[in-house]
Amino acid sequence: MNVNVALEEDVRQGARTIASEAGPAPKRIVVGYGFWIFLLSDIVMFAALFAAYAVLAHATAGGPSGAQLFNQVSVAIETACLLASSYTCGLMSLAIGSQRRLRTYVAAVFTFVLGAAFLTLELREFAGMIAAGAPPQRSAFLSAFFTLVGCHGLHVTVGLIWLVVMMLQIAVKGFRPTVERRLLCFSLFWHALDIIWVWLFTVVYLMGVQS
Amino acid sequence: MTLLGKLSWSAIPFDQPIVMGATAMMVLVIVFVLGWVTLKGYWPYLWKEWITSVDHKRIGVMYIILALIMLLRGFSDAIMMRAQQAVAAGGAQGYLPPEHFDQIFSAHGTIMIFFMAMPFVIGLMNFVVPLQLGVRDMAFPTLNSVALGLTASGILLTNISLAVGEFAKTGWVAYPPLSELQFSPGVGVDYYLWALQISGVGTLMTGINFVTTILKTRAPGMSYMRMPVFCWTALASNLLIVAAFPVLTATFAMLLLDRYLGFHFFTTDGQGNAMMYVNLFWVWGHPEVYILILPAFGVFSEVVSTFSGKPLFGYRSMVAATMVICVLSFIVWLHHFFTMGASANVNGFFGVMTMIIAVPTGVKVFNWLFTMYGGRIRFTVPILWSLGFMVTFVIGGMTGVLMAVPPADFQVHNSLFLVAHFHNVIIGGVVFGVLAGYNYWFPKAFGFKLDERWGVASFWCWLIGFYLAFMPLYVLGLMGMTRRMQHYDVVSWQPWLLAAAAGVVVILAGIACQVIQLVVSIRDRENLRVSADPWNARTLEWTTASPPPPWNFAVLPQVAEIDAYWEKKQRAPDHQTSPVQEREYAAIEVPKNSAAGFSTAFFAVISGFALIWHIWWMAGIGVLGIFLTMLVFAFREEEEIEVPAEQIAAFDRAHPAEVVV
Repeated sequence: MNVNVALEEDVRQGARTIASEAGPAPKRIVVGYGFWIFLLSDIVMFAALFAAYAVLAHATAGGPSGAQLFNQVSVAIETACLLASSYTCGLMSLAIGSQRRLRTYVAAVFTFVLGAAFLTLELREFAGMIAAGAPPQRSAFLSAFFTLVGCHGLHVTVGLIWLVVMMLQIAVKGFRPTVERRLLCFSLFWHALDIIWVWLFTVVYLMGVQS
Repeated sequence: MTLLGKLSWSAIPFDQPIVMGATAMMVLVIVFVLGWVTLKGYWPYLWKEWITSVDHKRIGVMYIILALIMLLRGFSDAIMMRAQQAVAAGGAQGYLPPEHFDQIFSAHGTIMIFFMAMPFVIGLMNFVVPLQLGVRDMAFPTLNSVALGLTASGILLTNISLAVGEFAKTGWVAYPPLSELQFSPGVGVDYYLWALQISGVGTLMTGINFVTTILKTRAPGMSYMRMPVFCWTALASNLLIVAAFPVLTATFAMLLLDRYLGFHFFTTDGQGNAMMYVNLFWVWGHPEVYILILPAFGVFSEVVSTFSGKPLFGYRSMVAATMVICVLSFIVWLHHFFTMGASANVNGFFGVMTMIIAVPTGVKVFNWLFTMYGGRIRFTVPILWSLGFMVTFVIGGMTGVLMAVPPADFQVHNSLFLVAHFHNVIIGGVVFGVLAGYNYWFPKAFGFKLDERWGVASFWCWLIGFYLAFMPLYVLGLMGMTRRMQHYDVVSWQPWLLAAAAGVVVILAGIACQVIQLVVSIRDRENLRVSADPWNARTLEWTTASPPPPWNFAVLPQVAEIDAYWEKKQRAPDHQTSPVQEREYAAIEVPKNSAAGFSTAFFAVISGFALIWHIWWMAGIGVLGIFLTMLVFAFREEEEIEVPAEQIAAFDRAHPAEVVV
């Protein structure tokens, strides 16, 4: 019954009930939506890299295979860091929603440190593999591995730089709508990197050790 | 390590008179244009009104200017190829050495697809879509300007390759292992890859921008089923961009890693897989042809309906057909290489899917025919292009369905039959479409019509020239002539190639007519001046002044049906005399100009050039420059400027609307 009352209220005020006829959406919706479309395109790019990896996963050219190379303990810690950084990123979003600077900064510092830890562990893994005679030039499998995982790492790096810039923006410009919209995009980006990592973890590391 | 990487004076081919002649021409034209602009003192105007403009109409016009220039460049490549093949029969070698001929056909394909057809289509969409949606700009105006800049960067790099170094000799698809470092050690493939990577990022930005604009910013009341068909086709095309271009980016990134860092994605050693490149390339490549043709279908829909004076027949089926094509275009890529050696079942699947695409396309053709049936057709230039398209495209479509049959395809694979087929659909479809759109929307963009007589002459030259140039190629393909031959021994092919060369001359006459049409129209612009609605058209872009003000619409139109403007005109008793009711004007915020697009493009060219020539420090400067540009943009204080209500009211009084929507 309450719903009906609300609808009648809308009609009386001339508000449109059909979203597709409501006219241009507010800026915040438009920006968030556009960024979602970008994230979809980014996921398509990763899909191509995943496909390449799947095709070349067994093309080791006589070199080491995933089962011989991957260290699951290190990868588990990496995963924990990245997922935890997503949690602190969520806390940051809440702090931004209530416009609390200090909480935002603290959450951002945690997000940054966890992201950087993830990246350090990944680079250590790469360095270890190269030292062990498994650089990307060794086989098609290793080319695909370094490219897929490295592309995710590159995204994390860009995310870290972006986070620093956003904190500067809060410091200089405060919580104005433009800055808040960009922070919204940042958190979408950061969570999307998690989703890609979950796939990467499964396809590369779990399935790679199995075979 | 040297300071300039692989770059040295030997990169400039001083010993090749044809290349140096073309370079000298290019440099002369650029110097002349820049000198003329400087002498006339146009730089401040160009900088303020065009280069830093984030207005979708200006950006659209600039895209189309780029496309027209690249049409001339790509077409000169075509003339050279046709001339070479017309003479290089029997023992003759023609006038182009193989390395040069290979670069020409690679550059022709690359330029025509990426730098002529794409900018033309994107330019038309840029100009038209926000106006048809009844809104004031794109969702992300500055991103739009950056996208234009990146497209221009790709174009510039490709043209630099003419003078400095070489272009790819691999064909426009750059298949490995030929395109790998082992077999293409020069910088040609690197020019190709970096030019397309940079412009590809721009295209992706455009795609994101349009999808957001169309789905999130439409005039009040414009539900999906009230959108003009051109907007629907633009939506489909941009959805394809968003879903397909990232695959191209990833594929080229893999090839670049192979070439620069010794990876083994597509190499012959290290268990690389060259066929993976071919698959990935066409996962992008087949949607790409629909990215180009769908907006052309949209143009024909608008043109046919306007000049028949009837609503489009089967609007809903047209929308459905567009979206079906959008989806199906992703599951046919394998028909580009049935000869790969996939199983009969795989080939069969892709063959059947390919044939199925002919169904929605057929629906569209019948819709256009039924729209014209019983209408009062006005034979203007845009409708001539549309009629030429319908006949030509159906022929091209039928040869396509023929090649969708894998056993038939094995016979004509890689032959001139294929070359004839895709020119038949791309010239007969995309080029005719964008030229129809160019003639149709020109008065909206500049406030005067294009000269009708020269337009008609251009159309007939193009149409006749097309048939003369490409029908012989079907025959040659069936006679067994493969594509990309610098010379050949079978003298019985020569008469057909001479006919094709004659066809190119007729098309040249068509292009000359177009140039003359533009010049004559600018000269006679006072006589060709038009009001807001010169064609008695149907959609919202014709409700605002020609050319439209920066804010497009003083008050956002209210939409209650398809062809909103037409319906309003029908209901207005005598629209010329009805008094313009006094409206409430409010100040409008328009996005502020930004140099971000220009700056990004500038540094993108620096990075691209440096990466091609292995000048690492310079590449670093370029990337840093792009980052700083983004930083400056992110910290700018003012994002929008306000146009006061009085200015808007004054503009509206000077340009009274015929019918207010």
